[in-house]
Amino acid sequence: MRTLETILAQHPFFAGLSERHLHVLTGCASNVVFEQGQVIFREGEQASNFYLLREGRVALEMHAAGIGTITIETLRAGDILGWSWLVPPYRWRFDARAVETTRAIALDGECLRNKCEQDHDLGHELLKRFAEIITQRLMATRLQLLDIYGVKGG
Amino acid sequence: MASRGGNAETMLPRPFRIQQIRHETHDTFTLDIEPADGYDGFTFRAGQFNMLYVFGVGEIPISISSDPTNPHLLMHTTREVGTVTKAMGKLKRGDVIGVRGPFGTAWPIEQAEGADVVIVAGGIGLAPLRSALYQMLAHRDRYEKIVLLYGTRSPNDILYRRELQRWRAQFDLEVHITVDRAMSGWRGNVGVVTSLIPRAPFDARHCVALVCGPEIMMRFTVLELQRRGVPPSQIYLSMERNMKCGVGICGHCQFASFFVCKDGPVFRYDKVQPLFEKREI
Repeated sequence: MRTLETILAQHPFFAGLSERHLHVLTGCASNVVFEQGQVIFREGEQASNFYLLREGRVALEMHAAGIGTITIETLRAGDILGWSWLVPPYRWRFDARAVETTRAIALDGECLRNKCEQDHDLGHELLKRFAEIITQRLMATRLQLLDIYGVKGG
Repeated sequence: MASRGGNAETMLPRPFRIQQIRHETHDTFTLDIEPADGYDGFTFRAGQFNMLYVFGVGEIPISISSDPTNPHLLMHTTREVGTVTKAMGKLKRGDVIGVRGPFGTAWPIEQAEGADVVIVAGGIGLAPLRSALYQMLAHRDRYEKIVLLYGTRSPNDILYRRELQRWRAQFDLEVHITVDRAMSGWRGNVGVVTSLIPRAPFDARHCVALVCGPEIMMRFTVLELQRRGVPPSQIYLSMERNMKCGVGICGHCQFASFFVCKDGPVFRYDKVQPLFEKREI
């Protein structure tokens, strides 16, 4: 059976991280399972974790008055769910719901913030990785906003 | 390879009779047409286009989206957005339109044999790629993995829904669909089509990528394919410009030193790479 540390080490998000840092991260990690349809977190709640998705799919949703619930993105195995734990006031900005049974590793945000304060090298490594993910999501969001499949005359 | 030269024959529309008009989505439809002049058959290669003429209204270029191995029935899918396509959408079974073609270059179906094929389609860009899919599926044993990544605006804008469902059920074809926006009832993926590339199951070093969609989508798709390790010489794009004559005479579709109607619409990416980043073109 694979240990949590092995799973973290093999996840692309943590590729290149030192054994020492992986060991520290493992201390803040736990296995979680969300059933199909289960709400993982809701907008406005305390953002206390982030998740490495291992199996399944998660929909990020927002509720708009008069429109209803809109899915803004879906995440799949290999993706990272959540970065609100990094930025004050540490509140989720949207809802997350398991579209199908989803297995993930949850990392405790408060635990990680404390470890990063004690070990700035670890903080730097994590921030580098999150900055890349945030950049990719920002680019994807810009493309979505462009409405590139919109109508063109002919 | 251009299929026809700039002779008078290429400028003369042939009559084709409409067999069926199928509404694919709220603003797209597919025309099924057959030769009305008794001349049997119309050979074309996947990726080529025809100039369709609605008599008294105008002529527009539309990619052929049918099976190249069945030359008796031609299909063209288009969006109802301009004067000609709106008039075309009002035609009925039995009406006659003019057809010139086929024009332009084709997808490298034969060169892809023995390799994985990844097809990235955006919006109505799936239409010219459907011909390629038909042809490859007719000779499935000649290819390794075939992966279709299709992105569109919303679940209501998905083209060829039945076929996609059928292809998805086949064990020898991977189909991944994503939409830019959806209400919560949609159980599929939401996100741009480029987000499907990093984990799509294909061998980046031994694959051919066929890409068609809005130019901005193709730009980001190429970046993502290259990040996966696909060499530029293995990426093919179908470009869209204002094609008029179809034979490289009028110059309406000029793309730097190329005429898209004759030298394209399908280009190997490394041939057009420097042009792709020039905003003046």
